[in-house]
Amino acid sequence: MVVISRRLETTCYCLFKFTQLTKLFSILLLLVAGLSHAAVLPEDRTDMLYHAYDGGGVEITGPSVLVRKGFKDTISFSASYYVDKVSSASIDVLTAGSTLYTEERTETGVGVDYLYNKTMLKLNLSTSTENDYEAETVSFNVSQDFFGDMSTLSFGYTQGDDVVMQNNNDTFREDKQTKRYRIGLTQVLTRKWIVNVVAESVIDQGFINNPYRSVRYIDSVANDGSITVGRQPEHYPSTRNSDAVAIRSMYRLPYRAAIRAEYRYFSDSWGIKADNFELRYIHPFKSNWSLEFRARAYSQNEADFFSDMFEYFDAETDDSRKEFRARDKEMSAFSDNTLGITVGYEFDDKYLPFVEKTTLKIYWDRIMFDYDNFRNWNLSIIGEAELGNEPFYSFDADVLRINLAISY
Amino acid sequence: MLLKRALSIIIFFFALSGCKSLQPWVKPHQRGILADSIMAFDVDPASAKYMNHVYEAREAARGAESGAGGGCGCN
Repeated sequence: MVVISRRLETTCYCLFKFTQLTKLFSILLLLVAGLSHAAVLPEDRTDMLYHAYDGGGVEITGPSVLVRKGFKDTISFSASYYVDKVSSASIDVLTAGSTLYTEERTETGVGVDYLYNKTMLKLNLSTSTENDYEAETVSFNVSQDFFGDMSTLSFGYTQGDDVVMQNNNDTFREDKQTKRYRIGLTQVLTRKWIVNVVAESVIDQGFINNPYRSVRYIDSVANDGSITVGRQPEHYPSTRNSDAVAIRSMYRLPYRAAIRAEYRYFSDSWGIKADNFELRYIHPFKSNWSLEFRARAYSQNEADFFSDMFEYFDAETDDSRKEFRARDKEMSAFSDNTLGITVGYEFDDKYLPFVEKTTLKIYWDRIMFDYDNFRNWNLSIIGEAELGNEPFYSFDADVLRINLAISY
Repeated sequence: MLLKRALSIIIFFFALSGCKSLQPWVKPHQRGILADSIMAFDVDPASAKYMNHVYEAREAARGAESGAGGGCGCN
């Protein structure tokens, strides 16, 4: 009976979400109905990606496949499969007193792109599962070319419904919902120059914490000034609103090469402000080869309720947020810089009659993280630094991507 | 608030495009360079999505990632 009731609840909830999406779909359709001009369906192709991340004691590897096929120039279907195999002994794991753990995340998705007259509609559904987290996401986008095809306007909405669980604690089960609203404009400026502006607001509600992480606080101070620390679970607000706006541009150089530049500004209701800048240089050579060089810089300040060391149990970090506390390094002030290179090769051989093009690309990125107020607690745990006065944490990560794309 | 501002800017663009004096200045036959694959914002979608995920999991910033603006309609 309980199972049937839960199923009925789930069905009603899905219908409610579907009704909301239908309303949104109708409004967006009305918005673009007065506009005209051509849009183009995405290319028919299959992408097979192998990805590997290695940094800060964390290794994540896995395959990813994205298949897309269109029919009659009006509709295109896509399906995706993605795996993360995680092996982690990160500083968060070590300072929590745990040892290396492994887990696996699997994400599957389906999508449809529909070209109606001269309007592009996109719907994507995905589901992600791991042993302590489940996520279901629905995403809808509509875009329209206008002004002699020089401008493309797009709107989008994404809703994610997640369940946060905790290993070794069967009674822990919390919900989290994420809503994303975005709007974008792509503008052709000259025959060689195109620019894209996107704004996106994200609203989180529910359990936003990482249930495994805790803060440290000064438990006692000895006569010689040395301290002992205690641990207390983190406590985040149950809502988070953020805004991000990005501008990116492609410019074709006098020879066959291009420059891509991007800037993004971000702020949220937790007091975090961040921005990042990226520059890429894309250079094809010898008809089949291509090279890309890229550099990216990111920086952020800390959340209002972040502290590396709280002064006492249930400490207050700020008058307006006295009940909240965090020591996540992602909530601290830090910067990271990335240098990357891509080598691509397009195969001439049409090994199957329906294959038009096969491209292999190898991406490598080195990301260097430097934290400004998050100390390496693990060093004092193993006796290599004074407790509370450890050096600030930093680490480098390597990211490898091998992408085989077959167009047909 | 940010979305309202962005919407105002876009409405301004629409109003501007209604002016008869302002006509599209890059004709469809002049877009060969823009249609070149090296001019795509992200030519490999699965790969770009993965990299966005790498950053979003380790940085507080999220949203307005590449790809939300649509293409240029120049194929």
